Amino acid sequence: MNSEAKKQLIKKHSPGSSLFKDLILSFIFGGGICVIGQLLFELYTTLGLDKKLSSTVVTVTLIFIAALLTALGIFDKIAKHAGAGTLVPVTGFSNAVVSQAMDAKSEGYVLGVGAKIYTVAGPVILFGLLSGVVYGVIYYIYSLLGG
Amino acid sequence: MSMTEQLILTFISGGIICAIAQVLIDLTRITPARILVIYVSVGVLLFAVGVYEPMYEIFGSGVSVPLIGFGANIARGVREAVDKEGFIGALTGGLAASSAGITSALLFGLFASLLFKTKSKRM
Repeated sequence: MNSEAKKQLIKKHSPGSSLFKDLILSFIFGGGICVIGQLLFELYTTLGLDKKLSSTVVTVTLIFIAALLTALGIFDKIAKHAGAGTLVPVTGFSNAVVSQAMDAKSEGYVLGVGAKIYTVAGPVILFGLLSGVVYGVIYYIYSLLGG
Repeated sequence: MSMTEQLILTFISGGIICAIAQVLIDLTRITPARILVIYVSVGVLLFAVGVYEPMYEIFGSGVSVPLIGFGANIARGVREAVDKEGFIGALTGGLAASSAGITSALLFGLFASLLFKTKSKRM
């Protein structure tokens, strides 16, 4: 086989565009984490929790699992492949909070961990609350008008 | 809906929501932190326009586990609080409804920094 043909062959079998590979991986990991969430939800409702409480406990469970995996250094290894698949579920929020807290340890617990823990959580909470308040004000006015 | 059907719908919807974020990250070089902020705000918006709840009925955790669900939770809390307490509910409902997730993530973060030494950096 000449080198030109070899090149062609390598090209043909190397992974396609990295965007396509990223897409598939994020789809599988993201979907998978949601399925784990759904299975936990079914488990908790079977155990007698009402739907709203189950949903809350599922969130806390996923946050705990992601926090533990982050602390053990396993989360990053999964996230390297999963990309948005582990970022977008609530696991990504947990990972961001925990990894920032751990990185800030050397700077002390008040202005280190205490402040830096909000590096990513802060913006998420701030803009989430902002959106919520805007919605609340509109909803309040709407209900006053008898909507 | 059978359990299997529910899980398939959950997998597909959750997968698509994550894949959309992946496209944004790969094509626009938008930072992961911004993705999280955008998704939470989109969750509030979807709930506000009445799209989120019918989606949740069908897709379950497929829409509630992504951060969209976190935002929708804030919006639901705000709506319930405004119904109950009037205008002040716009200020109280959001944090109250998201308190379990926020508090647990922060506390687990603190515990992790107390108990573990591992270095990790992602954002």
